[in-house]
Amino acid sequence: MQQQTLAVLVNDYPGVLTRVSTLFGQRAFNIDSITVGGTEEAGLSRMIITTGGDDRQIDQLMKQLNKLIDVISVTNLSANSYVSRELALIKVSASPSQLAELNGIVEPFRAAIVDVGPTSLIVQVTGDTEKIDALLVLLQNYGVLELTRTGSVAMARSIVPATAAATV
Amino acid sequence: MSVEMAEMQKKNSIPPIQFGEEVTGAETLLRCLLLEQVEYIFGYPGGAVLPIYDSLYGSYFKHILTRHEQGAIHAADGYARATGKPGVCIATSGPGATNLVTGIATAQMDSVPLVCITGNVAQSLIGTDAFQEANITGITVPITKHSYFVRDVRDLPRIVKEAFHIATTGRPGPVLIDIPKDVANAIAPFSYPETVNIRGYRAEVVPSDEDVQNFVAAVQSAKRPVIMAGGGIIAASADQELLAFAEKARIPVINTFMGLGGFPGVHELSLGMPGMHGNFTANQALLNADCVIGLGVRFDDRITMGRTKEFAPNARIVHVDIDPAELGKNVSTAVTVTGDVKNTLEKAIPHVTACDSEAWIKQLKDWQQKQPYKYKKDGDTIKPQAVIELLYRSTDGEAIVTTDVGQHQMWTAQYYKFKNARSFISSGGLGTMGFGFPAAIGAQIAHPERTTIAVVGDGGFQMTNQELAIVSQYNIPVKVAIVNNQCLGMVRQWQELFYDNRYSQIDLTCSPDFVKLAEAYGVKGLRATTPEEAEAAWAEALAHDGPVVVDFRVAQEENVYPMVAAGNTLDQMELGDD
Repeated sequence: MQQQTLAVLVNDYPGVLTRVSTLFGQRAFNIDSITVGGTEEAGLSRMIITTGGDDRQIDQLMKQLNKLIDVISVTNLSANSYVSRELALIKVSASPSQLAELNGIVEPFRAAIVDVGPTSLIVQVTGDTEKIDALLVLLQNYGVLELTRTGSVAMARSIVPATAAATV
Repeated sequence: MSVEMAEMQKKNSIPPIQFGEEVTGAETLLRCLLLEQVEYIFGYPGGAVLPIYDSLYGSYFKHILTRHEQGAIHAADGYARATGKPGVCIATSGPGATNLVTGIATAQMDSVPLVCITGNVAQSLIGTDAFQEANITGITVPITKHSYFVRDVRDLPRIVKEAFHIATTGRPGPVLIDIPKDVANAIAPFSYPETVNIRGYRAEVVPSDEDVQNFVAAVQSAKRPVIMAGGGIIAASADQELLAFAEKARIPVINTFMGLGGFPGVHELSLGMPGMHGNFTANQALLNADCVIGLGVRFDDRITMGRTKEFAPNARIVHVDIDPAELGKNVSTAVTVTGDVKNTLEKAIPHVTACDSEAWIKQLKDWQQKQPYKYKKDGDTIKPQAVIELLYRSTDGEAIVTTDVGQHQMWTAQYYKFKNARSFISSGGLGTMGFGFPAAIGAQIAHPERTTIAVVGDGGFQMTNQELAIVSQYNIPVKVAIVNNQCLGMVRQWQELFYDNRYSQIDLTCSPDFVKLAEAYGVKGLRATTPEEAEAAWAEALAHDGPVVVDFRVAQEENVYPMVAAGNTLDQMELGDD
């Protein structure tokens, strides 16, 4: 089973997220992550959804999504080259005396320490999923007290039109 | 709608429709329904829809007051299936709305156009667990084609226009409009949009020329082709095109359960129904065909038996459907056409010629002769299959027949040879007991001139038999044929075959006296316990100018055959007793 990233352009109405997420449950698909936000056009939202499935399953999922009245278009970003980012905030068990040491760990990841407390500090990191996972492995040595991450936001690369064959 | 039609509606409506006039949301709704040419509304009033019912008072509409909201929606469903027009029902908030849920899911599974209007508590009370509050739009998300919660009375005309458009175009389905009481009471100048513009919704699905060419080429090269015609033929009113296509191309036709009537059951190319309780020849056709042409079908697991790799093992599958999500969903296809089956066949007919299929047709006819539907006759006892044969014989296949769900439903599908589209009305997808009788009421209202028969079991009838009150009140001449085996027959059959005769909770011997029950509602009741009585009672029922309930006391231990047991493939068919 491959992980796939779908961009779903929807009406920005109440209840649309429920319709989309219900469809996943109804059709026995799992949502690995979902992010929703505004778009370049007022009144529309874009959902970036990561899910698993082979090509046939994803084709079926995209067709089912496209049947929803509030769905304007569905694009499988994974079918072509795309940029993906997520944001994570990681609360690490550490004292201020360990600040320099932790800075040395997070800097190569272009992450930042954005809060420092007596017994813990918060690391902010953006990047693709693998990068965040890699930083997490290093921070586990100190003790991760709390983790929150956004799920992916993603966009097709400019050299490949978003309206390529993978759009329904 | 043309300007002339709109003007006509205005004249026919009470009060006359004036654009720009300040009216309430309730009045707005009803005026919109008039402009959609709605004639009948099936419903049940309650607190949250009182403004709508107040506006209904003395209006143009014919409102049918059912005795349960489930009766209302099934009746609206029967009306829709019998006419192709959208059925309309109204229920109040909370329990009224939730009582529609089974009917909405039934319509969704069978692609029936419905517009369901529910009231809700005022918006100031939404989310407070107010009396009779239910989030019906949330509850029905998975079982509607679309749904609306109306927040502003000024949105109501657009929403009604969109609801009818969505319900009736593309693959039809149920749409729900939930109207809070404050919106129903709010005042706004009346308007109604001329057109619909829903971004992202493609109502018209016209097949491409290339797809049609591929379709024709695939069909034409086959030597053992078979058409599997589904409910899409009926939804698209493509029965005449199917007939012309099949005759010109010389291709035998299997009608799925939902497709019965879409091709005449008495035609020389008709093979009847396939699948779990389908006939030997239809299933053999699928097993031996080199090309299966699915027209408006969804390759349901009652036909593929869920064993999709073993389904039609020697065939290329050609699939035409208006819903692109159905293409490749359940079975692998060689050629697909996204399109309305009527348009597709219209485009294909001029290009198609007769296939090299005469040897194949002869083979199928041999199978039909050797293995027809059959059952053991018994001189003293009424066999349930004989009841359906009697209904068929007495109406020459011209009646509208509705059913509940169970053994009687399958026997009806097997033994009544439907000649016309929209004459067989049954819950195929969801399998809803209690559907048949109220659906017959809707169908009879739509076609008062036609004989309408509700074939029901003693189990399913007891789920909605309170609607006897309607047939009595409005003198709706539905003929109810109860195939009464005093048990839940299909459950009994499965318990016999797969649970070692452990008959758990299927005994319905303590049912009411159905004749007295009918009479209690002011409806004629008849009973038959022998084949002779069956003939006489049914003749009396047909001759009676009004509703009748006939209680056919049939053999209890009768099973539906042929049968493909769950988990088996079509070649593992049990033919039953000779």
